[in-house]
Amino acid sequence: MGLHLLEVKSLVGHLIGWETNPETGIDPSARIIEKLNIGGTEVWITETVVNTWVFMAVLIIIAAVIRVGLKKYNDKPSGFQNVVETAIEYMDSFVRSVMSDKYAYFGNWFFGVFILILVSNLSGLLGFRPPTADLCTTAAITLVTFFLIHFMGIKTGKGGYFKGYLEPVPILLPINIISEIATPISLSFRLFGNILGGMIITSMVYMALGALPGILKIFNIGVPSVLSIYFDVFAGCIQTVIFVMLSMTFIKDKIAD
Amino acid sequence: MEGLDPRAFVLGCSAIGAGLAMIAGVGPGIGQGFAAGKGAEAVGRQPEARGTITSTMLLGCAVAESTGIYGLVVAMILLFANPLVGKI
Repeated sequence: MGLHLLEVKSLVGHLIGWETNPETGIDPSARIIEKLNIGGTEVWITETVVNTWVFMAVLIIIAAVIRVGLKKYNDKPSGFQNVVETAIEYMDSFVRSVMSDKYAYFGNWFFGVFILILVSNLSGLLGFRPPTADLCTTAAITLVTFFLIHFMGIKTGKGGYFKGYLEPVPILLPINIISEIATPISLSFRLFGNILGGMIITSMVYMALGALPGILKIFNIGVPSVLSIYFDVFAGCIQTVIFVMLSMTFIKDKIAD
Repeated sequence: MEGLDPRAFVLGCSAIGAGLAMIAGVGPGIGQGFAAGKGAEAVGRQPEARGTITSTMLLGCAVAESTGIYGLVVAMILLFANPLVGKI
């Protein structure tokens, strides 16, 4: 997990046109596995992309298994059906409590987002590099939220949506536009920063633990598990809930009724 | 400034800047502690509303946290994707 050295260029830096600083040695960006050339454009297959494919495959298989098993499900839930129903019901009541019953259909989308982000965040436990520790992943998911915010705003508000930018006074128009753009940035950076920060801190402590001399090696026993529980499990779960809840709140705020 | 490698100077200053950027962590710490304290107060006053209070508090904490995360991102850019080194 974690620190990839020297020759790796920062994907984030690449996105904004910055070169990685090779002198510090530690690089928080995902390792590049393959550089493809598709129609003259260089496409990077990074660790993030591959890990996301793995999780997508696993989730799709689980979904397919559940779909096949759905025929056997009946009014008296037992075994695995209980787990599935609990998950669906929990998510449904979560969406209903944030977005009201009328927009409960958003649960379909947010359940998928929730599961994908949760699996990504927890994957650090299994030694994967969490895909959410890459700005590209979080930015992609946030872009959909951004689109949904304004789509729902226009769909339900019609002209009132555009009028909202001129309120309370028309001179605040630039400020309103900036605050709309700041929403997806803060949303994506929150998830990204939390997971990446946890990953870097964990990696640094692991490096320090590896360098401990003699009897001090005893610290190697307990410390990593505590770190994993806090940064991977606790922060991972909380940030997933926060991300989904904030996305729903932002969409709900724009809906005009 | 004879004998001083400009690159080393920029890198050193960037490291100091990264450290200074993380002072941003003070704000969210205070804010989240305040929110958690108020949340505990609210639960004490109205234990039956525990679920709503907790989720509201977490939401507020997450929003308060963004400033700290901005500081973290600035620090990480300075350390790992330093835009200043290329300008020497």
